[in-house]
Amino acid sequence: MYTLASFLAGLIFGIGLIVSGMANPAKVQAFLDLAGAWDPSLALVMAGAIAVGAGAFALMRGRMHSLLGAPMKLPTARDIDRRLVMGSLVFGVGWGLAGICPGPGLVLVGSGSLQGMVFLLAMLAGSAAFEWLEARRARTAQ
Amino acid sequence: MTIAWEAFTPVAALAGGALIGLAAALFVMLNGRIAGISGILAGLLRPVAGDVAWRAAFVGGLLLAPVVYGLFFGLPLVRIDAGFPLLVAAGLLVGIGTRYGAGCTSGHGVCGLSRLSPRSLVATLAFMAAGFATVFVLRHFIGG
Repeated sequence: MYTLASFLAGLIFGIGLIVSGMANPAKVQAFLDLAGAWDPSLALVMAGAIAVGAGAFALMRGRMHSLLGAPMKLPTARDIDRRLVMGSLVFGVGWGLAGICPGPGLVLVGSGSLQGMVFLLAMLAGSAAFEWLEARRARTAQ
Repeated sequence: MTIAWEAFTPVAALAGGALIGLAAALFVMLNGRIAGISGILAGLLRPVAGDVAWRAAFVGGLLLAPVVYGLFFGLPLVRIDAGFPLLVAAGLLVGIGTRYGAGCTSGHGVCGLSRLSPRSLVATLAFMAAGFATVFVLRHFIGG
């Protein structure tokens, strides 16, 4: 049941990315190009998503279990630190360079794009390298 | 700043955004989790028993989305300006940055802002600012 719900959420998410234009890297870069011919569309993608999402998160606030009975696993970290800011800045540079973030990367791969595959493989390599360094640092710190 | 009105697609943007919000809403209401794509993917790199199926299913849904959409409507044309070296650099930075900062456009941008997380607001402002700055340098400094 959870697996099916997960699949449907991923499917609807991906269709939303395609409909909204987020899965088109040129459109994403046109949104990020404030000094050029600016396409404000993607601000409305965010607005539409938050307008729908906020209600659901408010409804689930304080609950111990989901409607299917799964334990709620929402992030508990609250600290605004160097890692959060530096990491997000690095992500933003990568996002700007190609106009692709992780969700649209997967959608591009699913549509058979070779460029999407190259991006996604590099992204997974980056994540794996980071996790490996973190694990090594945790070991040496012990 | 000049607004490219001919490229502006407010209805599609709002409708697609609402679908993204619906997916995030379903996921938190049914599975009790954040639809944070970078985190869901990263969890598959070091699989933990019992924690794989829902991640793989979510990723599978995203991969199949263009196939399903294409069956009914035909896929819209996309354009990728970045060449292969730039795509590799971009992928590496996105892969490292989203782990270091614990989230991307979906986890921090959509879910985090929807649940009014100050942490996600800071993250979103940071990656948006970096994205704006990067495209400025790319298009008007190097490319200009």
